[in-house]
Amino acid sequence: MNLAFKDIRHNLGRFALTSFGIGMLLMMVMGMVGIYRGMIEDATLLIDRLGADIWVVQNNTRGPFAEVSRVPRNLLDRVAVIPGITDAREFIYHMIQREREGNPLRIGVVGLSWPLDKGEWLPLIAGRSLSQAHYEMVADQTLGIGLGEKLRLGKETFSVVGITKGMISSGGDGLAFFTVEDAQLIQFDTPGEAVRLERASRLERGAKADIGLSQPPLLERALGPSSSIPAFGPPMVSAVIATLHPSFEPSAVLSVLSGWRDVSVYTAQAQRQLMLKGMVEMARKQIGLFTALLTFISAIIMALILYTLTLEKVHEIALLKLIGAPNRVILSMILQQALFLAMAGYGIAYLAGQKVFPNFPRRVILLDRDLFTLALIVLGISIASSILGIYKAVRVNPSEALAG
Amino acid sequence: MDTEIAVETHGLTKIYGAGNTEVTAMRDVTLSVRKGEVVALLGPSGSGKSTLLTAVGLINLPTSGKVMINGALVLDGPDAFLNLTTFRRNHIGFVFQKSNLIPFLSARENVQVALELNGVTGRMAGKKAIKLLEYLGISDRADNYPAMLSGGQQQRVAVARALANRPSLILADEPTAALDSVRGRQVMELFSKVAHEQNGAVIVVTHDHRALDVFDLIYEMEDGKIRKKGDKQNAAHRTHDD
Repeated sequence: MNLAFKDIRHNLGRFALTSFGIGMLLMMVMGMVGIYRGMIEDATLLIDRLGADIWVVQNNTRGPFAEVSRVPRNLLDRVAVIPGITDAREFIYHMIQREREGNPLRIGVVGLSWPLDKGEWLPLIAGRSLSQAHYEMVADQTLGIGLGEKLRLGKETFSVVGITKGMISSGGDGLAFFTVEDAQLIQFDTPGEAVRLERASRLERGAKADIGLSQPPLLERALGPSSSIPAFGPPMVSAVIATLHPSFEPSAVLSVLSGWRDVSVYTAQAQRQLMLKGMVEMARKQIGLFTALLTFISAIIMALILYTLTLEKVHEIALLKLIGAPNRVILSMILQQALFLAMAGYGIAYLAGQKVFPNFPRRVILLDRDLFTLALIVLGISIASSILGIYKAVRVNPSEALAG
Repeated sequence: MDTEIAVETHGLTKIYGAGNTEVTAMRDVTLSVRKGEVVALLGPSGSGKSTLLTAVGLINLPTSGKVMINGALVLDGPDAFLNLTTFRRNHIGFVFQKSNLIPFLSARENVQVALELNGVTGRMAGKKAIKLLEYLGISDRADNYPAMLSGGQQQRVAVARALANRPSLILADEPTAALDSVRGRQVMELFSKVAHEQNGAVIVVTHDHRALDVFDLIYEMEDGKIRKKGDKQNAAHRTHDD
């Protein structure tokens, strides 16, 4: 006869309620682990999805995701001709915040190197990738912008032609994909007066610069849009990303690029590590500590619950001892109840989490290995938690059955 | 009737506390109960009846004195010569005044658990439990939980549980305290029936003088000592006097 099961069956309501409470507690632990995984996934999402082998960024910076990086557009041509490079693309990344229907709208603007990269690799759930050089955008569903909707950014209006799922910045904001030129328009949008002042200043700088003196036609274009005169304009893209030919040794390509003093070069793996060590590390530690704290609190609460359940059964335990039940029968009953409680709580946590986590503002990713580890921890907690109850049960004297 | 001694005590003494707080609950108690005998322990509250019962039941170890059950020396003072839990399970049955059933087990399961603890396997234990409940006339409530049974029915289940492993000694502490006179008498008669049919010894602590004629022997305790020893004849007189 399984005494633990009989007791649970008889007190099913209370057991269910207790399991629910423990389940909610474990769901929080599960959620924290899931948020941590989500942060890592979000932080490295673009790096992984873009599929570039090499990132060439502004010298002494950690790349566009960690800090501001600006490199001239002609860097693309320099990188593209290095032996071993299959293709090189411009890349732009920056955050903007606008207001939409009275609410703040934060967008991670990604500029794709049109026409080489039209965003075919994006995980679309509706619409299509970019099909023209201007005024189209692909937005993540978290931005809440519908397919076909128009969004005014800077002086231009962009049509949403595609919707992605799960394309999130490391800060948890939705990403929107434009051509590099459009991303620049958004990034360098300036008021008319500022444009006029800059053009005048540009003309003055050009007249003094060697390139302006040696190439007079350039000066003639100084009063035009800055995008048409890269030699005078500000650095235009965040990075140049390149794909290596499989037959070439990455180290050979890297050794060439590392000799350039105006840029810093990272492999995709190094860029990932920079993101994880730099931007995510603090949050990771914070969440790790919070998770440990929650786990510890869960253990204390479970121990108290199991101890209370044991206290309530002191009379029954004394009776069982009186009729000759050895300690192992009592201990087994308490331990089994602890395990039942833990299993039920874990199950509730998992099922509730499946329903609740998708509604969280940040992505919560539950990996099988994390769930398995948590299950082992919960198992350990339940065994450790039952020790208090077992300690009490062992000390119960059969004569206590005679009281009342 | 088999005249073998079922339980025997020699000079049992129990002292609680020490120094100024020392209380002697039982002093120099010597008694013997034969198999097939039903014995009553009478006495006012605090006279040491329950202390004696729990000492004989190997729950509350005496400070000094000996307890022998079925001829075997089990206790010499607080020193045990056998595994008391196992010995209790195999040789002693207990019945108490109330709340003595496990609330999360049905009537059948309350009996069955005692059998299973003694190594009887589940299905066989279930069948035996039902037979015992039939013997005590309560098999129709086998699947009811204790909370759904009346006081008398609960006591019958408790008696069934006490009998489950055919113990040589049954100890009952105020088993009729929560029952009306009719039910109380039925329980006492049940003990008598069990003792005589199963050749077991029964010791009952009671305040209930209405059914004393059921007992073969009556011990009276006062201040931790046995003052008087009587038999059925004395019991009949006492019942009339009361």
